[in-house]
Amino acid sequence: MKESEKDQSRRKFIRNLGALGLGSLAFSSIIGGSCSPKKSELASGKTVKLLTNNNELVEVDSAYISTLNKNLSSNHNSESRKGLPGKKFVLVVDLAKCQNARKCMDKCQSVHQLRPDQHHLNVLVMKESENTAPYYMPKQCQHCDNPPCVKVCPVDATFKRSDGIVLIDNERCIGCRFCIAACPYSARSFNWYEPIDAEKYKDVPYDIEKNVPQKKGTVTKCTFSADCLREGKLPYCVSACPNGVYYFGNIYEDSVTNGTSGETVSFRKLVEENGGYRLMDDLGTAPSVYYLPPKNRAAVPKEENSHV
Amino acid sequence: MREVYRKEEQEQRLQLEQIVTDLTLPINKTYPSFKIWVGFLLLLIAVGVAMYVQQLIYGLSVTDMRDIASWGLYISDFVFLIAVSLVGSLITAILKLSNVKWTTPLTRIAEVIAVAAVVGALTIIVVDMGRPDRLWHIFVYGRIQSPIVWDIIVVNTYLVISLLLLYLPMIPDIALLRQRMNNKPKWQQKTYQILSMGWQGTDEQFKILERSINVLIVLIVPVALAIHTVTSWLFATTLRPGWDSTIFGPYFVSGAFMVGAAAVILLMFIVRIRYNYAKYITDYHFDMMAKLLVLTSLVYLYFNINEYLVPAYKMKTLDGEHINGLFFGHFSSMFWFVQIAGMVIPIFLMIFKPFRKPKAVLVISIFVIIGAFLKRFLIVTPTMLHPFLPVQNYPESYHHYTPTIPESLIVVGSFAGVALVITLFLKVFPIIPIWETAHEKGISNGIIKNSCK
Repeated sequence: MKESEKDQSRRKFIRNLGALGLGSLAFSSIIGGSCSPKKSELASGKTVKLLTNNNELVEVDSAYISTLNKNLSSNHNSESRKGLPGKKFVLVVDLAKCQNARKCMDKCQSVHQLRPDQHHLNVLVMKESENTAPYYMPKQCQHCDNPPCVKVCPVDATFKRSDGIVLIDNERCIGCRFCIAACPYSARSFNWYEPIDAEKYKDVPYDIEKNVPQKKGTVTKCTFSADCLREGKLPYCVSACPNGVYYFGNIYEDSVTNGTSGETVSFRKLVEENGGYRLMDDLGTAPSVYYLPPKNRAAVPKEENSHV
Repeated sequence: MREVYRKEEQEQRLQLEQIVTDLTLPINKTYPSFKIWVGFLLLLIAVGVAMYVQQLIYGLSVTDMRDIASWGLYISDFVFLIAVSLVGSLITAILKLSNVKWTTPLTRIAEVIAVAAVVGALTIIVVDMGRPDRLWHIFVYGRIQSPIVWDIIVVNTYLVISLLLLYLPMIPDIALLRQRMNNKPKWQQKTYQILSMGWQGTDEQFKILERSINVLIVLIVPVALAIHTVTSWLFATTLRPGWDSTIFGPYFVSGAFMVGAAAVILLMFIVRIRYNYAKYITDYHFDMMAKLLVLTSLVYLYFNINEYLVPAYKMKTLDGEHINGLFFGHFSSMFWFVQIAGMVIPIFLMIFKPFRKPKAVLVISIFVIIGAFLKRFLIVTPTMLHPFLPVQNYPESYHHYTPTIPESLIVVGSFAGVALVITLFLKVFPIIPIWETAHEKGISNGIIKNSCK
């Protein structure tokens, strides 16, 4: 009984916290429906050309543009099961650049309305053996081409799209957690509790590509920010990184864009020239996430080595 | 000549009367302790249900399962109950097909354990679901490539065949009860009336019955092997160290036969003591069940050696960590208790005849059952707690799994439910087959037939 009381008070604390900080951030992004956090600054001076319903071309200051309703089409979620045509998404993580800024983690948690102990994206301190230097490794869902999680799902709640993204339909999920047991990357999280700010989001329509609002008793995980990709933007974590760790792009076009510098490079060249590899590739899961080796390991402070 | 025949018939009739009186004793006589026992079970179930309501309100957060150990006590309980249920097929089908005769008084005990355990397993797996309100999704959106769907198919098939195997051989007994139990409440008489399906005991009816039972006992063997093999595949189809094993199917099946035999011994003992059935469930039966337990345990021991010592020889990184954890780490005391007190010592002791006496076998069986439950916990939990990648940025509690009070009470409730099903069965139906016992004692079919009319 004590246990549940503790849970209760923790929940209350988190709810208050959420209402102040995380919640308002996530809420504003829901209303705005955009992937860019700074959309409320007025009159930026930059104009955008738009085509109206009457076939007139107009020019509007970009600050005044906001998406009214992302779910205009009623079969939006069934569309979301198919994937974007002509795309196969790939993420490249340059471990040499990661300095554990954790901006990606914070952004991810707030956008996906996660509790502090839930991770779609987790920056790990890795160390192969006693005498090797540790390094930081951001780890999200690997969006495998042979996904163990999708195979075991009894109700097709988690599925693989044509563009390589593995998603979860939390209106379908029965909460058996077989996918969590099957995932070798520990990429999945379960809603053990009522999600934060559940009351606030209860009337918000479910967005399968963002997997929000979260639902109690269902599984959640990284979506490769499929909602951003549909709008032609980079994933939340990729653009939140201050250190240029992430490259994201379309493998069919052989191009990946760095989320910090905006520089676009050849995916093949990037991976080949830097000795890129995939995590636990020997398991045969065929991930869509590639890692460039952690050449610069001096970035890890000494005290963080201890809990490896 | 005719006189002698008459006398023999008279004797047989008296003998049958004695058997019927003995074997309907649990139905006719309600001991005060029975009511206390049922009340106790109902209380445990009520507590379990109350805890489950709490779980429905607050979510699975009332358990100690979290993102790392996302399966725990419920899944262990599920695997345990499925394992126990396998004994129905062992006693009623496999031994019968091998022409073993001594199991006659034990068949119904085994079969009722099987049915009750499957019902318990199906209940606890729903308890484990995050969204039990979406159970119907499995039937609407079910995908055949998921081992969960295989499990649902085979477990339910097994339940149906087990129910039939419990029911069909009981039809002549029910017909007998229909005639005799006139002092019982109306619903009970009506139940006998319906379930006896117009049984008259004609030769043709016996022939049909025998043929149907023969079909069922052949059918149930592959289904029984399938339910536990598929249950093992819930683990073996993943890549995790400790589960990624090719011998999980037979390993689980052999373990199931072991715990099932122990469960039958436990119920045999209770029935024998409570209703003075020493005449029907004799020391010989305990001796033979103990030998069966030794045999099944030896097979299980063989698989344990394969499962643990082969990876321990190689010490491949993650398998090695898993083995180290079991042998010397956090779970080592539980592991060695299970292996030694729940398997090696029982095998060793029961080789000697004095330890195959009823009381000794009972104590040994209780150790085997406790060991088997803990074993299921050891199969599920350590592997969950040690995924491929390091567990970081989680609260400290995520590194451990200790079942909370609510989840433990729910599991206790599931055991109480299994016990209640068996208890209530005992109250309505004869736990030892009447006509098969009579038949075995040489009483002719004609006399048995007459007693049903």
